[in-house]
Amino acid sequence: MAQQAMQDDKARHTLSVLVDNEAGVLARVIGLFSGRGYNIESLTVAEVDRENSLSRISIVTRGTPMVIEQIKAQLDRIVPVHNVRDLTQQGVHIERELALVKVANTGDARIEALRIADTFRASTLDSTLASFIFEVTGSRSKITAFVELMRSLGDVEIARTGVSAIARGGNVDMLVRPLDSTKN
Amino acid sequence: MTATAQQKRALSEADDLDAKAKAGAEFKTTGAEAVLRVLEDLGVDVIFGYPGGAVLPIYDALFQRNSIRHILVRHEQAAVHAAEGYARSTGKVGVVLVTSGPGATNAVTGLTDALLDSVPILCISGQVPTHLIGNDAFQEADTVGITRACTKYNYLIKDAERLVPALYEAFHVARSGRPGPVVVDLPKDIQFAEIDMQTADAAKTRATRRYRPVVKPPESAIKQAADMLLSAQRPVIYGGGGIINAGDEASKTLAELVALTRFPATLTLMGLGALPAEDKHFLGMLGMHGTYEANMAMYHADVMLNIGARFDDRVTGLTSGFSPNSRKIHIDIDKSSIDKNIKVELGIVGDAGQALKMLVAELKKRKTALGRMNIKEWWEKIEDWRSIRCLDYDQKGDIIKPQYAIHRLWQKCAKKDVYVTTEVGQHQMWAAQYFGFNAPRHWMTSGGLGTMGYGLPSAMGVQIAHPNKTVIDIAGEASFMMNMQELSTIAQYQLPVKVFIINNEWMGMVRQWQELIHGGRYSESYSASLPDFVKLADCFGMKGISVARAGDLDGAIDEMLTTKGAVLMDVRVAKEENCFPMIPSGAPHNQMLLGPNDKTGSSVSEEGKILL
Repeated sequence: MAQQAMQDDKARHTLSVLVDNEAGVLARVIGLFSGRGYNIESLTVAEVDRENSLSRISIVTRGTPMVIEQIKAQLDRIVPVHNVRDLTQQGVHIERELALVKVANTGDARIEALRIADTFRASTLDSTLASFIFEVTGSRSKITAFVELMRSLGDVEIARTGVSAIARGGNVDMLVRPLDSTKN
Repeated sequence: MTATAQQKRALSEADDLDAKAKAGAEFKTTGAEAVLRVLEDLGVDVIFGYPGGAVLPIYDALFQRNSIRHILVRHEQAAVHAAEGYARSTGKVGVVLVTSGPGATNAVTGLTDALLDSVPILCISGQVPTHLIGNDAFQEADTVGITRACTKYNYLIKDAERLVPALYEAFHVARSGRPGPVVVDLPKDIQFAEIDMQTADAAKTRATRRYRPVVKPPESAIKQAADMLLSAQRPVIYGGGGIINAGDEASKTLAELVALTRFPATLTLMGLGALPAEDKHFLGMLGMHGTYEANMAMYHADVMLNIGARFDDRVTGLTSGFSPNSRKIHIDIDKSSIDKNIKVELGIVGDAGQALKMLVAELKKRKTALGRMNIKEWWEKIEDWRSIRCLDYDQKGDIIKPQYAIHRLWQKCAKKDVYVTTEVGQHQMWAAQYFGFNAPRHWMTSGGLGTMGYGLPSAMGVQIAHPNKTVIDIAGEASFMMNMQELSTIAQYQLPVKVFIINNEWMGMVRQWQELIHGGRYSESYSASLPDFVKLADCFGMKGISVARAGDLDGAIDEMLTTKGAVLMDVRVAKEENCFPMIPSGAPHNQMLLGPNDKTGSSVSEEGKILL
């Protein structure tokens, strides 16, 4: 029964993980999630510091408090991981996602699509007589809402980036461990 | 060892080069030689390995430098197990050298074993040249891909400049924090590439920068732990392999803690030896085949101190029924072990040895509070549980009971400094129950992964590290046959390993579970077509002994122990004996089966059947 209660206790967490930008590190992170049965809702990664060769991985996951703590501890012990921040636990933070949405339609639906795009502050990147490509940025739910609306207005193809996230406020998240600048 | 003139010359040349390197002169070498130079610098004295196309340059450097001993095994899995035996009996890093493709894939079981049991291993594997990687070249396997899940960390060296830094870091990662296996995958062209050893010193200093596990626990947490312990009425100490990994000093401090507090203490399979078995506060091993008193003490405790153990499922049984009324303290060097299986009130990240030292110091400051503690009633209860004598067995008649065989072996070894390895199965549990270990690093067994075939190669590694000590592999006949090709290695290096085979002609633990859970349908668990072990020993030039009657056992053990060389001893034991006491899977600690006729404990529940 206690276990049942804990099952219902699942929450969504956004983690920000600073890693060395080296071959295999992403595979190790993803392998950790699949190997231990954790859930990944979204994962994005890109280099953020060329000089020190660092990448930031943003992960959205779901789990009970015990599982979330496990995930953080497991991530933290990976050798090329420098730090793990639980943005959800730390409090206010910003999450953004970008989507490219292609909608193929004609007639009134086309005008409606443009009007909705305007409401969502999406920009039009490409247009033919029978299609648009919109770029929309925002929270996950905003993008999902936009995509759903477009679906009702024609054939839709979507590319989404997944969530990128950062904590609010003036605190700049630097490396805890000093990096050796002579490192090759 | 006598070096030939040629080797001597090679050594003095090497010295010259060392001097040159020290003088700061530009010093170029090959990748293969750089590997050897780094290992020498790190104090490596033995490598367990098997050559092949992709590591030939390293084998050539090994031959030319002649500075590190190489033990040629007969299978790469055995190389890793031997390195594990070496590492666990010495506290040093075990080093393995294998070739690409099948060499690396054969090592995977050993690496996984080392990962689960936290054994420091550096495994260097050959790889096809960088320009062929990804081409399905001959003997190519994606070694870093395959071993990512079974190593603490791994490297593929695609750039010669990264070689020396990676080796130093790999060694550091393997032995620091929670130890584990690390693979360095080395393409053949990198082994031929030119390396500038002048940067080696800088690389060595940098090696520890990236990976820095927390070693010293916070003072405040230790104080809090002391508070909790002093508030206890029914305390229990539960120690694991982390204490052994923390160094011999940690075991001494545990004994000090126990003497100071007079708390009852139990150890996991991996922790045996951390507290002397003869210590009267020691309750024996806990867990599935642990003692009744240890498990009952865990179940009824009000404060539990876990040091260097990980609440493994073999230990906890049913987690929801695990020690339900205790407040728990967990000291572990690996943060991810805390609150993984069992939620604890106080988690402390740090080295077991340091934490124990700080805790002892803290408790010594509070002698009066300690003196006021009343755990007399608790001990009385424990003595009641002890009086059940759960490990008693009936040795009647001529047929040797397996428990008796191991018990007698231990009694015969009691005054010797004996190292024991095991395979996996019933004999392993009986060895853990009936062989008492009074010092750490004398007990090598595959706990986490449960690797049949671990014991024989592991015993080789132990024997290499301790050439003048008695090393016994307590084996089952089925497990022994999984790596018996290593008899050839044992013969080659004249290792005086004693193999004590508890031969019941069954995969005993499999048969026991089939009896308990699958209605006695013994599907494929019989050891058919066994060899004549005496003849087998004979054909490798070692002594074979076979014993089938209880009256002959003592004499046979004496003969084994006094024989100078290797011995293969076939102990024919009672075939249907099961391993008790036992917590059936899916049951909590207080529902142990004490013996085959015990109907008081729970039988295996439907949920329990799906568990291992």
